[in-house]
Amino acid sequence: MSSEPQFSDQPGGFVGKPLVRVEGREKVTGKAKYAAEFALPGLTYGVLATSPIAKGKIQSIDTTAAAKELGVIAVLTHQNLPKLAKTPDTPEGKKDTNAPMGFMPLTSDEIFYAAQPVALVVADTLEHATHAATLVKVTYAPQKPIADFHDPKAELFDPEKVQDGKQKGHTKRGEPQAAFASSPIQLTATYTHPVYNHNPMEPGSTTAHWEAADRLTVYESTQGVTRTQSTLSAMTGLPREQVRVITKYLGGGFGCKGSTWPHTVLTVQAAKAVGRPVKLMLTRPQMFTSMGHREDQSQVMKLGASADGKITSLIHTKQSTTSPWDNYAEPNSKIVDLLYASPSFESSYELARANVMTSTFMRAPGEAPGSFAIECSMDDLAARLGVDPIEIRLRNYADHDYGTGQQWSSKSLKQCYTRGAELFGWSKRNPKAGATRDGRYFVGMGMASASYPVHNSQGTARARLYADGHAVVQAGATDLGTGTYTVMTQVAADSLGLPIEKVRFELGDTQLPTAPNSGGSVAAGTVSSSIFLACQDVWQKLIKAAVIDKKSPLYRAKPEDVTVEKGRLFLKKDPKKGEAFGELMKRGEITDIEGMAQGKYGSGYEDAAAAKNADPTQKDQAGHHSMHSFGAHFCEVRVDMDLGTIRVSKWVSVIGAGRILNAQTARSQIIGGAIFGIGSALMEETVRDPHYSRYTNADLASYHVPVNADIPNMTVEFVEEHDPYINAMGVKGIGEIAMVGVAAAVANAVYHATGKRLRDLPLTPDKVLMAGLPS
Amino acid sequence: MNNFAYTQAASTKEAATATQSDKHAAFISGGTSLIDLMKSNIEQHSLLVDLNKLSLLGVENSATGLRIGALERMSDVGEHPLVVQNYPVISQSLLASASPQLRNMASMGGNLLQRTRCGYFRDVAFPCNKRVPGSGCPAQDGDNRTLAILGGSTSCIATHASDLCVALVALEAKLTLENAKGATRTVPLADFYKLPGKTPHIENQLQPGELITAITIPAAAHARKSHYLKVRDRASYAYALVSAAVGLDVQGGTIRSARVALGGVGTVPWRVPAVEKALVGKAATEDTFRAAAALAVRDAAPREHNKFKIELAQRTIVRALLEVAA
Ligand SMILES: Cc1cc2nc3c(=O)[nH]c(=O)nc-3n(C[C@H](O)[C@H](O)[C@H](O)COP(=O)(O)OP(=O)(O)OC[C@H]3O[C@@H](n4cnc5c(N)ncnc54)[C@H](O)[C@@H]3O)c2cc1C
Ligand code: SF4
Repeated sequence: MSSEPQFSDQPGGFVGKPLVRVEGREKVTGKAKYAAEFALPGLTYGVLATSPIAKGKIQSIDTTAAAKELGVIAVLTHQNLPKLAKTPDTPEGKKDTNAPMGFMPLTSDEIFYAAQPVALVVADTLEHATHAATLVKVTYAPQKPIADFHDPKAELFDPEKVQDGKQKGHTKRGEPQAAFASSPIQLTATYTHPVYNHNPMEPGSTTAHWEAADRLTVYESTQGVTRTQSTLSAMTGLPREQVRVITKYLGGGFGCKGSTWPHTVLTVQAAKAVGRPVKLMLTRPQMFTSMGHREDQSQVMKLGASADGKITSLIHTKQSTTSPWDNYAEPNSKIVDLLYASPSFESSYELARANVMTSTFMRAPGEAPGSFAIECSMDDLAARLGVDPIEIRLRNYADHDYGTGQQWSSKSLKQCYTRGAELFGWSKRNPKAGATRDGRYFVGMGMASASYPVHNSQGTARARLYADGHAVVQAGATDLGTGTYTVMTQVAADSLGLPIEKVRFELGDTQLPTAPNSGGSVAAGTVSSSIFLACQDVWQKLIKAAVIDKKSPLYRAKPEDVTVEKGRLFLKKDPKKGEAFGELMKRGEITDIEGMAQGKYGSGYEDAAAAKNADPTQKDQAGHHSMHSFGAHFCEVRVDMDLGTIRVSKWVSVIGAGRILNAQTARSQIIGGAIFGIGSALMEETVRDPHYSRYTNADLASYHVPVNADIPNMTVEFVEEHDPYINAMGVKGIGEIAMVGVAAAVANAVYHATGKRLRDLPLTPDKVLMAGLPS
Repeated sequence: MNNFAYTQAASTKEAATATQSDKHAAFISGGTSLIDLMKSNIEQHSLLVDLNKLSLLGVENSATGLRIGALERMSDVGEHPLVVQNYPVISQSLLASASPQLRNMASMGGNLLQRTRCGYFRDVAFPCNKRVPGSGCPAQDGDNRTLAILGGSTSCIATHASDLCVALVALEAKLTLENAKGATRTVPLADFYKLPGKTPHIENQLQPGELITAITIPAAAHARKSHYLKVRDRASYAYALVSAAVGLDVQGGTIRSARVALGGVGTVPWRVPAVEKALVGKAATEDTFRAAAALAVRDAAPREHNKFKIELAQRTIVRALLEVAA
C-alpha cells in the first residue's frame, strides 16, 4: 500500500506547517459561540439544586418558596418531571445511549452520591434561578455512606468486565505466577492515586430548544455531537433526525465531555416542561460531581526479571472505587502488557461500590495510571541492577506486541529514546541516585516511555468545490480547542490544491456528515482521512466530467490515466495535456461539485485496505498489525532539601505518532498533555471526606492545576514516521500520548534526586518530607 | 446568594452608622473575599456598604514606622518602594498572596478579615462550627491536611489563611479602628484575633459597625532585614501549607533582635516569642536557628493528615532565617 499522500513534498503545501489557528481571531474577539452563548428568543436559565448527603432518601421536597421567587418559571423534581422514553438504568437504555452512568437523577427519591441533583429550577435570569435553587427545601433520611474502596464497609469484588464491558476483569498470558516465583529479581510495589477531575476551562453546558413538539435542537458542550444526538434520541423517544446537536466550539473536554451526563438530559426535559429554550451551565463545584472523574485507585505491580534485567513476568492488580451501578475502571493493564517483551503477564481488577458517581475516561484512561506503575517499576529494575534506565528499556524492547503476538504497524520508540536523551542531555546524568546537588536542592533526572493505541474509528466528510476556486468542507467532528478546525483546513486545502483562505471547514453539527467522538485520540486520523478521501472523490468526479467533455484536452482519456496536481487535471504520461478544474467547470456550467467519503482509522482501515488488496507486497500483514504511537519523556526536577517542594526544571518529549498535521498545534497538544501529567504527578487531587463521601475541595482555589510558574520551557520533537496501515493519511492521534508516562518520568526524577521512591500521587511536599530526605 | 441592598458610603461615619444599624450589613472593599462567601451562601448580608469612596489611603514611612491606609490595594503596597526597602517581609507576603488580578482588587483591610479556606467551612452541605455554631467539626477526623496544629480546639482547627497577617504580627503591627461615633482605638494585631475555643465563629475583636482604617508598623532594624517564605502545593496562586515571616537584627555575627511568626499552622497568625527569645544573643548560625525553631512547635496538636507541619514549620523557619542572615 503506497497510497499515503505526500503532501509535505508539495511546494507551498500546508499540511505539517505551523499554521496559526484559523479560528483564533474569532475566539479572542469573543465571536466564537460556545454552547452557553446562543441567545435564543425566550431563553430561560436552569440551575440544579443538589443533595448535601451522599446516601439516603428524600423524605419531602417543598418547592413553594422557590416557586414564589421572582422570575421563577418551574421547579422540577422527581415528583413532576416528565418520564423519559429510555433511561440508562435498564440494559436496553444502557445499550442505546452513550450515558455512562446507570442511573438517572430525578427519577426517584433515592440519593446515591453527594451533590446528586434533586431539583432543577428554571427562571428568567441566571440570578433568579440560582437564588431560587437555594430555596428548594428538601428533607432527607440520611444513611451512612461508603466513601471508597478503603472504607471498612466496602466490599471488593472481581468484576467479569470493567470499563463498561470493554476490558476483561482478568487476563492471563503464559505462566506469570510461576515465572515470578522463580525469578532472581522480584519487585513488588503499590502505586496509588486519588480522584482526579478533568476540569476543562468551559464547564459542561447545554442549551436545549424544542423548536416544535417533535423537533429538538441542543447546543451542547460535547466531544461528539453524533453520540449526543443518538443518546438524546433514545432518551426522548424522538427519531434521530429530529434531534440536532450543535457544538461549534469547545473549551476543553479531556474525556468528561465524551458522554452524555444527566445535566444535559435534565435540561432537555426542562425545556420540554416549560415550553421555552433552557440553558444550563454547571458551576465549577458541580463540575466535580456531574461529568465523572478518574477513579481513586491502587495498583500492585509485580515484576520478575532475570539477573541481567530481562523481564520474565508482569503481574498487575488494580483496586478501585466504582459507583453503585456501574463497573467502571480504567484499563490500566493494557499498557503494562504492551510496553515490554514479557513472556508472561496477568492482570486483575477489583472494584468496590461506594457512594460516588460513576467515574469515566480521563485523558489517556488506563494508560496514564498504568504507565505510572510499569514505568516506575522499570526504573526500580534499572536501579536494582545499576543499569541506565534507557538501557533497561532497550534490554526489554518489544520488537512486536507480546500481548497480541502482532507486528507493529510502526514504532519509533528507539528513535524517541535516542533523540530525547540527546535533546535533554541525559549523558550528563550521574548514575547514582541522591548524588546531584545544587545549593539546597537535590537535582534529579528521570525518563519514561509512552504509548497510546490507535483505536478503531470511522467517519465521513463532504467536500464541495466551487468553479470560482473556493471550497467548503464539512464533517460533524468536534474541535476541543486543540486545532481540529485548523488542521482539517490544511488537509482540505492541500487535497484540493487551494490556498488556505479559499477553504472553509465546518464542524460540530449533526446536520453535517457523521464523524466520530473526539476522544481516544481518533479525531485527527479519522477526520483528516475522510476529508482527504472526500476531496479525492471530487477529483474523480471531475476527471469523469473531463473525459466526456469534447472541449476538454482530456476528452476520451481513460480516467485512471488522469491525475490532479494543484487543481490541474492532466495526463500522467503527458502532463502538458490537461486543464485547470476552473476552466473545465466553467465551460461545462458546473457551478460546484461535491465529493463524499468515509475515512477509516485503525484496523478498520487496514481491513478495508487489505480487502482491496491495495499493495500486494504488504498483503500478508494487512489487517494484522498492532497499532500504537510511542514516545519518551525526559524530566529534570529540583527538590528543595529543606521544604520538600518539587519543581520540574526541564522537560523533553519526543513522540512518534505518524504524520504530524500542524507543527504548532501538535506541539501545543504535547505540552498540554505533559502539563496535565505533571499536574497529576505533583499537585492534583480531589479529596473525598471519608465519613460524608463528599468532596472537600471542589473548586479551583484548592484543586490545584499547574500554573505557569510550575512549568519550565518544554522541548517537543516528533520523529518522522510513515505508517501505511492506520488510515489514508498516516496520522496517529496525539491527544493522549503526551500524558502517558509523565507521572512516572517525574517520580523517577524525584527518585534520582533524592534516592526516595514515592509511589503515592500527587507528590506534595508533605509526602516528600515524611519519606525522610537525605541530609 | 440572597438579595441585598447596596450603598456607597461618603464618610467613615456614614459607613459605620449604616452597618451598625443593620446587623446583617457588611462592608465591601475589593469584594474578592466577601462576594465568594455570599455566592456560596456561607454569609448572607442584607446590605453591602461600599468603602471604596473613602480616603483610607496612603503608604507613609516615618522615623517611627509605616502607616498603610486600609483601602490600599495589596498590589500597590506590595510593590511600594518604601515597603520593599524597609519592610521586605510585608512586600513579600503580599506578592506571594493570591494572583495579580486578585491583588489589584483586594484591600489591605479586607485581607485581614478574609475567612478560612477549610473545605468544610466553604461548603454549606457540611456541618461546621465556625459557620453554624454547634453543628460540629468534621475536620477533626476528616480532611485536615491544610489545617492548624497550633491554637486549635475540639470545636475548630481552621487555619487563618492570610499571608500578610503573618508578616504583620511578626512586626508587631497595630490596627486603627473607628466606630460609628467617630471614636478610634488602636489594637495590636496579635490581640485582634481570637482563638477558636468553643466559639470559633467569633474570629476577632471588631465591634458591629467598626471599621479598620489603617495599619501601623513600628520601624525596627529587624524589619529591614526581614523575609517571608511560603511553602505551598504549587509554585504560585496557592495558600500556604506553612509559611514563616522572620526578621533579624544581626550585629557582628550576634543576633540583637529577632521576630518570627508562622502561617498555615495556627488558627490565628502565629507569632513564636519563644523562638525569638532563643535567637537573641546567639550567633546567627544554622545550628542556632535549628535549636530555636524547635521551640515553635512544642505545643503542636496535629491531627491525622497535618503531622508533617511540625517538621515543615521548623524547616521553614530555619530556611527563612538563613535567607535573612545571608
Ligand atoms: C482564589 C483566591 C486565592 C487567594 N489566595 C490568597 C493567598 O494566597 N494569601 C492571602 O493572604 N490571601 C489570599 N486570598 C484572599 C485575598 O487576599 C482576600 O480575598 C482579599 O485580601 C480580601 O480583600 P477585599 O478588599 O477584596 O475584601 P472584601 O471581600 O471586600 O472584604 C472581606 C471582608 O472584610 C470586610 N472589610 C473589608 N474592608 C474592611 C474595612 N476597612 N474595615 C472593616 N471591614 C472590612 C468585609 O466586610 C468582609 O467581611 C485569595 C483569595 C482568592 C479568591
Ligand atoms: S475546622 Fe473550623 S472551619 Fe473547619 S469544619 Fe471545623 S469548625 Fe468548621
